[in-house]
Amino acid sequence: MALDEIKIGGLGASRRRVEDNRFIRGKGNYVDDIVLPGMLHMELLRSPVAHARIKSIDVSKAYEIPGVRLVLTGEMMAARNLAWMPTLSYDTQAVLATDKVRFQGQEVAAVIADDPYIAKDACQAIVVEYEQLPVIVNPFQAMESGAEVIRDDKENQPGNKVFDWEIGDKAATDKAFAEADVVSKMELHYPRSHPSPMETCGSIADFNRATGKLTVYMTSQAPHIVRAAVAMVAELPEHMIRIVSPDLGGGFGNKVPIYPGYVISILASILTEVPVKWIEDKTGNLISTGFGRDVYLQGEMALRKDGKIMGMRMKTISDHGAFYADAQPSKFKIGLMHSAFACYDVPAAHLESVGYYTNKAPGGVAYRCSFRVTEAMFFQERMIHGAANDLGMDQAEFRRINLVKDDMFPYRTAFGFLTDSGQYGKCLDIGMKAIGYDTYKQEQEEARKRGKLLGIGISTMTEPLGAGNSREYDILGIKMFDSAELRVHMSGKAILRTGAMNQGQGHQTTWAQIVAHELGIPADDVTVEEGDTDTAPFGMGTYASRSTPVAGAAVAMVARKIRAKARKIAAHLLEVSEEDIEWELGRFYVRSNKERGVTIQDCAIAAYSNMPDGMEPGLENNAYYDPPNLTWPFAAYFVKVEVDAETGVWDVLKVVAVDDCGVRINPMIVEAQIMGGLTEAYAMASMQYQTYDDEGNCIGSNYMDYLLPTAWETPGFELHEVVTPCPHHPIGAKGVGECATVAGPAAFVNAVVDALGHLGVRNIDMPMMPNRVYEALTTGKDISGMPPVRMGD
Amino acid sequence: MTSLYDEVQAAPGEGVPTRRVTIKVNGADRTVDVEPRLLLAHLLRQGLKLTGTHTGCDTSNCGACTILFEGRPIKSCTMLAVQADGHSIETVEGMATASELHPIQEGFKEEHGLQCGFCTPGMMMAAKALLDKNDNPTEDEVRWALSGNLCRCTGYQNIVKSVLWAAEKMRAESK
Repeated sequence: MALDEIKIGGLGASRRRVEDNRFIRGKGNYVDDIVLPGMLHMELLRSPVAHARIKSIDVSKAYEIPGVRLVLTGEMMAARNLAWMPTLSYDTQAVLATDKVRFQGQEVAAVIADDPYIAKDACQAIVVEYEQLPVIVNPFQAMESGAEVIRDDKENQPGNKVFDWEIGDKAATDKAFAEADVVSKMELHYPRSHPSPMETCGSIADFNRATGKLTVYMTSQAPHIVRAAVAMVAELPEHMIRIVSPDLGGGFGNKVPIYPGYVISILASILTEVPVKWIEDKTGNLISTGFGRDVYLQGEMALRKDGKIMGMRMKTISDHGAFYADAQPSKFKIGLMHSAFACYDVPAAHLESVGYYTNKAPGGVAYRCSFRVTEAMFFQERMIHGAANDLGMDQAEFRRINLVKDDMFPYRTAFGFLTDSGQYGKCLDIGMKAIGYDTYKQEQEEARKRGKLLGIGISTMTEPLGAGNSREYDILGIKMFDSAELRVHMSGKAILRTGAMNQGQGHQTTWAQIVAHELGIPADDVTVEEGDTDTAPFGMGTYASRSTPVAGAAVAMVARKIRAKARKIAAHLLEVSEEDIEWELGRFYVRSNKERGVTIQDCAIAAYSNMPDGMEPGLENNAYYDPPNLTWPFAAYFVKVEVDAETGVWDVLKVVAVDDCGVRINPMIVEAQIMGGLTEAYAMASMQYQTYDDEGNCIGSNYMDYLLPTAWETPGFELHEVVTPCPHHPIGAKGVGECATVAGPAAFVNAVVDALGHLGVRNIDMPMMPNRVYEALTTGKDISGMPPVRMGD
Repeated sequence: MTSLYDEVQAAPGEGVPTRRVTIKVNGADRTVDVEPRLLLAHLLRQGLKLTGTHTGCDTSNCGACTILFEGRPIKSCTMLAVQADGHSIETVEGMATASELHPIQEGFKEEHGLQCGFCTPGMMMAAKALLDKNDNPTEDEVRWALSGNLCRCTGYQNIVKSVLWAAEKMRAESK
């Protein structure tokens, strides 16, 4: 009898999470929970100013404080060739400043002391003399002729430009615009946002002089990449470096880059020969680590009167901060921005992207998305909304006309991506029904008569998730594959290790479900481990929704290798030839006699005790998986709002999410990922953003200024499911963790703009704070750019 | 007696003042010598090795450090250890018995009320403060009671369901 897949915790089971057992008891093991004998504590001194030449640094007063063991400055790093390090975008980034500080919060010195309080005291005792320089806080200032050059450390640096890049067919696009009935234009800004996981970054570096081995416990979403980079930067042999990511208190892309604090703690441990712990405070995290977004768009669409999109042009101007440290593995300078409009049939498209340095924190991380995909899809859906209005067409109808139809797959987009599957129209229908779209126009009219402003916003998109393939995607030359290693013990229990790194997604639970699906070993019998480079197979880590598409595929593939060997063992045990054997979940049997069979557990013990002649003992293997393509989930989100005409406050009445992420491993976890993503979408639409005043002071440097929604503001969500399996993934799954963050923001903005549409308002840039909405509804004008910063009186 | 100095400062500076405090933690008296400026959250984590209480934001906004102080939820990152002298506090480590989880803990697992787990101890303590007073709250009452605690992963919906699940179980158990 085949096993009941749901009962053994296989695919489709909403299996309760294994990792919860420790978290609900307060027994998680985050980096700050780890205490090593003799450990010292490190604290960073950060620049209070955004742009200044360092005249002098005097650390003598810091050394007078009892308990201070070491003070590190840029000069001391430079003496060891560690003052600068490479970024993931082939730029350089200061570890500790030597010549200039280039953003507020930049690392200037580090104190290593007996306890964190002493280290903090000693930072205050360091005297730094700065000579202030002109400050640049947006790309428009950066591009002015004669603007102060921020990166004067680089040879041949043309002003403040980072890159100037284009893709698409310009001539065909120009032709589409020349022949268009209607041209719809939109200028947008996606404000700077910080992923802000609850846990900040931190590390404990432990260099053992006796063995020459360096162990670093750290908050990394990609420990193997860190090992490769540390080997490169610190010139230590790779086998003498062990990177361990313990439990991570969230990541969202913030914990992909390598930050100065990690590097400094490593040098500090080498110099002091004891473990050195660095735990960033929240302000340090918000003002210095990888931000997301901060991109301006000029978008245009060439439209035919009947609603068909004929062409699209985008020009993006992006703000990269002081160092080009975008965490992205593509050869495309602005990540996957050109995935915009991938769900629509657009014959001609052109994208031009220009990036600039500014005196702001470096980053440009993929904040809960593939690389720049959140910006791409936000711009897309705001442009779609504007175009439908410019044509006088219904929002849903305009989308339906232009969405790629089911029979058009595989579909090559104008920018060259290959989307492979989906039922876009079906998702749209389900969402429309759930939100009550049919009666909505009438409802909106009637509400307006009563002075109430109702709006519905739609956002539909497909996004590329799960980098690589290795032909196009790499980090520092390492191809974007992932890996899994499975050992089946003789009792049929197993341990699985992957190159991914959980940070709340529930890998311990879901990877075991894939093994259960492939081998019939109950999920409860499978231990999952990740994050230790000494034991886990080499993998590229977890971000950009790549775990299930890549590492998850590797798990299925390694399980199939195990099954192939087990089949040979089964044939031996059943005394028939391998060709006469059939498989059903958990069991091989003789084709001619279904009763005669052996379980996978029988094969496991036989692999150690009764293997066929000539067979290598044991039942373990590994798999490295290089995906043939990205996966392309589809999302259709509907948001209904009511705007208060007297205050500009908007309430969310209903959120409907229809997600097609292919086969769902654990529906409970998938749904929770979508709800979490929708909440971040709501956050960015309503309140969560970072800005800078004219002097480069970061506004949003703590949770009093950087607003995150609580349980009280956050709306409820209604979720729906469509399943179109991914044609190239071994179990048909697609990425999903980020769909809602990517497609969600436009749904909220479209809803509020729809509510104000009759007043002539075409756009309100995020964050849609009530005062901005109020200004739009009282003036009928668009609200663009960042909220003004009120300077101190 | 635990000496905090042994835990957090290997070689105390000359003349650093300390105060001796006794705090009832999860039902047991703990007596420690602390610097007057030591935060309660840091005493719990470093001195008493109760690392279930997390520090997230340092500004009492995120609630990861929420504990119960005389039964009321407080943010232990903004209370000095000396202020807790003579008082009774409860942390996440005190929720379960050796053999049994608290219904709130069960609820969080059952309704998938956590992802990365970092906010979870604080969330559960805030929920406990509510349910200890009101074992039949409405959804709005739960959302309001948790509004001092931030979560970046879940979107709160499952946290609310977890607390309501626990309330139902607590009501059933008290019958």
